[in-house]
Amino acid sequence: MSNRPRTSRTVQEGPTLPAPRGPLSTAVLHRLRHPGVPHPAPDTATADPYGEDLQLALYTCYELHYRGFEGVDADLEWDPALLGLRAALEERFLTALRADTPAHKTLSDALEDLLVEPVDTPGAPTATGVSHFLRDEGAPEHLREYAAHRSLYHLKEADPHAWVLPRLWGRAKAAMAAVEFDEYGGGRPERVHARLFAGLMTDLDLDTGYGHYLDATCAEMLANVNLMSLFGLHRSLRGALVGHFATVEITSSPGSRRLAEAMRRAGAGPAARFFYDEHVEADAVHEQIVRRDVIGGLLEQEPELEEDVTFGIDATEYLEGRFGERLLAAWRAGRSSLRTPLPPAPEALVGASRTGQDI
Amino acid sequence: MPYDSAEGPCPQDGGGTASGAPRRITMGRTGPILMEGPVEVETEDGTVVSSDRFRVALCTCRRSRRFPWCDTSHRRRARTPE
Repeated sequence: MSNRPRTSRTVQEGPTLPAPRGPLSTAVLHRLRHPGVPHPAPDTATADPYGEDLQLALYTCYELHYRGFEGVDADLEWDPALLGLRAALEERFLTALRADTPAHKTLSDALEDLLVEPVDTPGAPTATGVSHFLRDEGAPEHLREYAAHRSLYHLKEADPHAWVLPRLWGRAKAAMAAVEFDEYGGGRPERVHARLFAGLMTDLDLDTGYGHYLDATCAEMLANVNLMSLFGLHRSLRGALVGHFATVEITSSPGSRRLAEAMRRAGAGPAARFFYDEHVEADAVHEQIVRRDVIGGLLEQEPELEEDVTFGIDATEYLEGRFGERLLAAWRAGRSSLRTPLPPAPEALVGASRTGQDI
Repeated sequence: MPYDSAEGPCPQDGGGTASGAPRRITMGRTGPILMEGPVEVETEDGTVVSSDRFRVALCTCRRSRRFPWCDTSHRRRARTPE
């Protein structure tokens, strides 16, 4: 698996199936490879809800609703056995999230906290997020690892959120569709955010193949993507999806600015810088629209969903926090944050960083 | 030359000038002015910049590093609780 050619696939193709990480993912992969051959039902009740095995199993189930996998029958998307197993995995994940997520009392408290930026003097002891680390001390290999993890989402950027559109109406639907239209490039394929991200990956000498880094990424990143799929695919969780989306849009703009600075400092190419520059500006607009019209419109029609919107915000922050801790713990210990480290950074990137060259 | 909305490109949805209806601009107590795009903005030194987004957020706090576009620099800053 690790000997795959570096740019073996186009962004359009489905990825190869991942390697299993335990009994749950083994069961899912068995069903996809040998749908006719019975396999003992795995025990979902005792699995770690945030662990590598459960998160990969869930991710693999969800991927059938996006692009599927190479060599896997597309109709398995609606296979009753897989859907049954998926429901058990979702139940375990969602129950854990409801129990573990530090909850805000009200939606306005949750939004208020998102809208406050930490004191942001470079290197200040209070600015401890991943984007702060990358801006202040990120080496090219950290940026490349970060992009490899995030590619599991950004190469399908905005797709999980599109599922909420049929569940909204009126002002909320119109606003959500407008933001999604922007995410999808406003009608211009070269501006689709997923394609901009592929450009960033090329600049960082990463493989742009859809799902290429699935084996390399960790449970914490898979949990971020699984949360979106979970909220997107369940109409009953539409409020949580909207809260999740608001969190992404509100936190993206300042974070993207730091990441754009990190890319500049590391001497990454123009596409890598543009991806985050574009998000600084686009998401400063999106967050306004999401707060006013998507959340505002939804709660005007369905005020009883306020708690779900808050849960969506809090769960997103909780899982993003876990992902950030995993990355920073690895990097501070001088280790790779990936399960399989990347090949060494190309000379060009490393050289630019060493000389502090600004492009 | 200042932007003349009557002669400018037609916005794609409500609040536009094509129908003769006034263009609606959204202002909060803090944060950017929101208006429908595309827009051109002439800045103090006469430079004209344009944005073709469906909605544009214009900076009002003057702290944006991408002025005249909002970059969320208006946000309150605080020491993190953690």
